[in-house]
Amino acid sequence: MTGSATGSAAAFARARAEGRAALVGYLPAGFPDVAGSVEALRTMVDAGCDVLEIGLPYSDPVMDGPTIQAAAQQALEGGTRTRDVLRVVEAAAETGTPTLVMTYWNPVERYGVERFAADLASAGGAGLITPDLTPDSAPEWIAAADDHGLDKVFLVSPSSTDARVAMTTAACRGFVYATAVMGVTGARATTSDLAAPLVARTHATTDLPVGVGLGVSTGDQAAEVGSFADGVIVGSAFVRALQDHPDDLPAGLAALRTLTEDLAGGVRRAVRTPQEPARA
Amino acid sequence: MTQVAPGPAGPTAPAARGRFDADERGYFGDPALGWGGRFMPEALVAALDELTDAWHDAMADPGFVAEFEAVLRDYAGLPSPLYHAERLSRQVGARILLKREDLNHTGAHKIRNVLGQALLTKRMGKTRVIAETGAGQHGVASATAAAYFGLDCTVYMGAVDTRRQALNVARMHLLGAKVVAVESGSATLKDAINEALRDWVASVDHTAYLFGTAAGPHPFPSMVRDFTRGIGDEARAQCLEQYGVLPDAVAACVGGGSNAIGLFAAFLDDEDVEVWGFEAGGDGVDTPRHAATIVGGSSGVLHGARTFVLQDDDGQTRESHSISAGLDYPGVGPQHAHLAATGRATYEPVTDAEAMEAMALLSRTEGIIPAIETAHAVAGAIRVATRLAAEKGPDATVLISLSGRGDKDMGTAIEWFGLGQPDAAEGRP
Ligand SMILES: Cc1ncc(COP(=O)(O)O)c(C=O)c1O
Repeated sequence: MTGSATGSAAAFARARAEGRAALVGYLPAGFPDVAGSVEALRTMVDAGCDVLEIGLPYSDPVMDGPTIQAAAQQALEGGTRTRDVLRVVEAAAETGTPTLVMTYWNPVERYGVERFAADLASAGGAGLITPDLTPDSAPEWIAAADDHGLDKVFLVSPSSTDARVAMTTAACRGFVYATAVMGVTGARATTSDLAAPLVARTHATTDLPVGVGLGVSTGDQAAEVGSFADGVIVGSAFVRALQDHPDDLPAGLAALRTLTEDLAGGVRRAVRTPQEPARA
Repeated sequence: MTQVAPGPAGPTAPAARGRFDADERGYFGDPALGWGGRFMPEALVAALDELTDAWHDAMADPGFVAEFEAVLRDYAGLPSPLYHAERLSRQVGARILLKREDLNHTGAHKIRNVLGQALLTKRMGKTRVIAETGAGQHGVASATAAAYFGLDCTVYMGAVDTRRQALNVARMHLLGAKVVAVESGSATLKDAINEALRDWVASVDHTAYLFGTAAGPHPFPSMVRDFTRGIGDEARAQCLEQYGVLPDAVAACVGGGSNAIGLFAAFLDDEDVEVWGFEAGGDGVDTPRHAATIVGGSSGVLHGARTFVLQDDDGQTRESHSISAGLDYPGVGPQHAHLAATGRATYEPVTDAEAMEAMALLSRTEGIIPAIETAHAVAGAIRVATRLAAEKGPDATVLISLSGRGDKDMGTAIEWFGLGQPDAAEGRP
């Protein structure tokens, strides 16, 4: 087995030891360009991200809102290829921060499932988050991930039945991704009241940490979500920080740093709910 | 032609699972090969499960089936006639039969599918429907069904398609639907599907997604087939009744493949009947500009199903091209992938130019202006009929799904043929 040394579980455990949620940051590879995305990811690590998610830009991103879709489209138009994504993973993983790829399924199938797993592991990648692949459709990926010691992060949703939550968490390794709202990615003014009950339902089925994603864009929201979740996942807000400075990467990176620090502060000042059990 | 006893007729006779049908998880054929399935966000799985249960339940309920048959008959004007195109037949040298779906209410086969799905929506207690549309035909059909059943309706349409099918946008508006122009991606049908799926993720509690073709995640490919299989069931019964025999071949155009699978379903077990699907060849499958997914694509996952996809080496969806918006889709229903892989059906491309030629030919020989989608089937069927005529003589029979009428395509025809200018005194040749 390779890759386990960089698995995301270690980062979640470290955050838990500090009595806080982990900050998970998402950015598509190749946005604003391949080199720029590496700089941006390094900035995010430097400013307090505990885990990185690198998006593989895809032409038909069903779960993404306009912010992330525009970034992915820019990356594709800039010529970003799957092998560039793996290069970005390699550069980001060199920081020592667990780095997962978030991808729609077709590019992996096209690349070759086994070959993708092998190349991701040798790039130092920690695993894969699969927004359009549920465990019951994923035997090939599960086998390849197991062979290479990669994290398998599947999603649970407010609409998931308890049975499906249990089936999903049983197939996960690393952490479980709870989508807090019924809807696509995008920063939201308020966090969802669907999130906490979903996290509780998920915790009831597994000892794995549960990260909550979709919508968080401020330190205060991170503090709120960090009070009941083991990880706070932020995507669109990071993308927007760069989009707000389209032709000025240094200004974009500065905005990214400020935002990351705000979010990292949020997960640190979160008041953990008493019912949150301390798990071994 | 082959002599057989009449098979089950009726537009909706629910069929037991045959060897070309999906398993309970939506996989066609060998599950290891895995055509179909459900590659979808977890957020939609509960809705897809609910839909699957509701559809099974409805199809097993004689009350639902009777209500569906009644609305098809009384409102949509079904069964559509099976018409012997005599002048075209003489020209080709074989007997050409046209299943006149162009005579249905709203002018295409699509009304069958939407009335079925809208009836199911009512049964499920949902109040709003969303749909995606390319040519606008499915959008018009959805808006029509929504008006008929009193449901709210939003239709997603690629911005490019709203321009080339402006008449259909106006029809949807008049019918009370909201039409959203989708600017993302290639701004065509595939992007409209993405946008409709996004809407659905956020609205599943009260909204049904009326999927426009026999593609997408399980149960859509099988459910849409069941709602459209009246095309084939009717045509098969009509052919036997009128000619005492089955056709030698059946033919249909294939975009996502709803009219084709609706026709094919009734004939798959008739081993002697050749089954032909015609895809949009655009400028030619040896060029980058076509929408011939089975002939020119490769195995992949798009819009929730494993099927043939037009894609590049990285698995990014390639833009498709067809002169007909309704065939301009880089995916295809997974049952067609299975039929192609098993060889039970054969798929061939028809270029834009061949389709337009067939559009003119059918117009002039029969006084029937077909949709450009449909013209692809006519062009391909003539190829098949010509070969069969050489093998079997003038009794050789090809049955075509005449999936829709060409009114919506007059703008394209005017441009292509340079129509609309007054002729010289002696008239056109
Ligand atoms: C008349 C007609 N035929 C065929 C099609 C293609 O769809 P399908 O392949 O689902 O039958 C369309 C789609 O808009 C259409 O309008």
